[in-house]
Amino acid sequence: MSTLFQRKSLFTPSVAERTLIYLALGGWSIVVLFPLYWLLITSLKLPIDVFNGPYYLPGIDFKPSLDAWQYVLVGDLANDTLRNYVSTVIVAPTSAGLALLLGMSAAYGLLRFQYRPRLGGILSFIGCLVLAIFAITLGVPWEIAVAAAVVLFIILLQTIGRRFQRSLANRDIAFWLISQRILPPVAVVIPIYVLFQRLGLLDTYLALIISYLATNLPIVVWLMRDYFQSIPLELEECASIDGASRYRIFWSIVLPLAVPGLVATFLFVLVFAWNEYLLALFLSGAKSQTMPLTVAAQNSTRGPEWWYMSVLILLMIIPVIAMAIVLERYIARGLLVGAIKG
Amino acid sequence: MHSRLQRLSSTMERIAGHVFIWPAVLIVLFLAIFPLIISLYLSLSRFQFVPGGFQFTFVGLANYNKLLFGSERNHFLGQMMGPSLAGALVFGAVLVFMAWRLVRYGQSGRFSAGGLFQRLVVDAIFGLLLWVVVRTLLSGGFPGTLVVTLVYVFVDIAVQYCLGLALALLVTQRLAGRRFFRVVFLLPMMITPVGVAYIFRMLTDTTKGPFYPIWSLLGLLNFSWVNIPWGARAAVMIGDIWQWTPFMFIVLLAALEGQSMELIEAALVDGANRWQTFWRITLPQVMPVTTTLILIRMIEAFKIVDLPNVLTSGGPGTATESMTLQAYIAWRTLDLGGSAAIAYLLLFLVTLIAVMYINVVRRRVAEA
Repeated sequence: MSTLFQRKSLFTPSVAERTLIYLALGGWSIVVLFPLYWLLITSLKLPIDVFNGPYYLPGIDFKPSLDAWQYVLVGDLANDTLRNYVSTVIVAPTSAGLALLLGMSAAYGLLRFQYRPRLGGILSFIGCLVLAIFAITLGVPWEIAVAAAVVLFIILLQTIGRRFQRSLANRDIAFWLISQRILPPVAVVIPIYVLFQRLGLLDTYLALIISYLATNLPIVVWLMRDYFQSIPLELEECASIDGASRYRIFWSIVLPLAVPGLVATFLFVLVFAWNEYLLALFLSGAKSQTMPLTVAAQNSTRGPEWWYMSVLILLMIIPVIAMAIVLERYIARGLLVGAIKG
Repeated sequence: MHSRLQRLSSTMERIAGHVFIWPAVLIVLFLAIFPLIISLYLSLSRFQFVPGGFQFTFVGLANYNKLLFGSERNHFLGQMMGPSLAGALVFGAVLVFMAWRLVRYGQSGRFSAGGLFQRLVVDAIFGLLLWVVVRTLLSGGFPGTLVVTLVYVFVDIAVQYCLGLALALLVTQRLAGRRFFRVVFLLPMMITPVGVAYIFRMLTDTTKGPFYPIWSLLGLLNFSWVNIPWGARAAVMIGDIWQWTPFMFIVLLAALEGQSMELIEAALVDGANRWQTFWRITLPQVMPVTTTLILIRMIEAFKIVDLPNVLTSGGPGTATESMTLQAYIAWRTLDLGGSAAIAYLLLFLVTLIAVMYINVVRRRVAEA
């Protein structure tokens, strides 16, 4: 096992190179950290300190105050903050975890299996769906419309569907998945709102989890497909000869080797679900509001209340940073070293 | 009992392909197809309040017509000027290139009527797009939301990718403290986009922001750089680059860390230097991920809305307005049809670019 995780570095930079690298890394760190520093000191300012012009050093050119923190954490906003924080903590990791699970399976499927969905079947499916939606807008109860559409679809599939032999390939499925992200959220929110209203799921965690899952899945599929592709096929063939099932190969051989990619992808989808604003605005009411809504709500009629906003943004990024610190170590080299030699 | 279990496991083995893919496809289908159809319908209709409620009147292609040829044309496409010399030259060069590609396709032996038709359609659409860019950006006209969005997407992605790759390469070196940098570089991505937009609004404030001394030194205090179109656009792009470079960084980092070391070892034994190993071995290995990354970022970047909305409200005038922001503003003023029409034009444009991109770049690189 120890050879599996051995780390190798082939180049050791010289002193001059080291200095240059540190300069570059330090420079970008400043670019990244300065806005966050400004956020931190803004959270310690009183409104008057913000409006009187830029002050840079707490305790030296202005007197730091915990008023904003107090307002958000124990004052008037405390109940809202806590409730929305809990929603975010429930919704984001759940949907990110599910997206990773379903997405990595689909990615592996797209890489190792040949799918041949028939064009005729797809077209009749879309036709039936359009008919069903049309019927519902005309006032037909949705249960009846859906049932009729399903029956029609099966009939079409057995008759017309068999005539059209043209089929799509894996890359078409992959492209279809990613193309679902193209439509801007503005165009999507109203139909999704109506959909969840019909299903009676408005203002529930489930609605948010499902919609984040669906928006994140295409990204997981695409990223994981590339990471899986870099894993040598020989390993899977060996395991297959030894009698391991498809699931077992996927779970015990492919996944452990793809840990860096899995972690990077998970972090990204987690962050997306953690921060999503527009869908949350529409799908959640009093019970399931998430933190981005609280942040945006600090832009009141009196203009943005920077101090509260800063506190809330800082509160929001702390758990994600903790997660990144914990997970970062898994994005590391060496998992593949020696795996094939043995 | 035993044989039944065996039968079950062999069935499971046979349907493995379906088990892997169907859950994901069904969920995406469930949430994707409904909005697609509804938006299409909305884009063909007009939303109106009537006594006792509201209604949608079917208006055909009127919403699209308004954007492309009617009252919203200057807003969407931009204010056209006669092409300048430079613009005409660029446009002519691209036309010649397209013609050359068609001729080469005709000679290639894979010629078919359908293929020719496809190429002609794609070339025509790109030619029109370029014509709009040439007559607004390169000729002193005023670019509309379409052109501004294109500028955002191309500048942002180019800068983000180069920065992300450079940073990822640097932190894979064996250096003390590299784990610190790895986490720090991820930070901007973790802030909610609305929050990033407000942070940049704080930072770009010329009188209360931290860069006040610099502005006052340059005598720009009453000048408010966010009032100059290109200054405002630069502010939006800097914000976007700051926020999304980490995404490029983390994905490339994982790809670099996952690359197989045998090849590099072999190259070193053969006497390759560092520059050569990077170009010949490392870069080709991260190419598949790179193409995916650029595709994903491109799709997301076309939807840029929070930064221009919060930072400049699309101003000065409509100088920083992206297509999505235009759709958002139309939607807020209850022009649901116009909003959906912009969204559909965006869908059309991005799908076209994505298909082209996949055909030209990705197949060549990733599936070679």
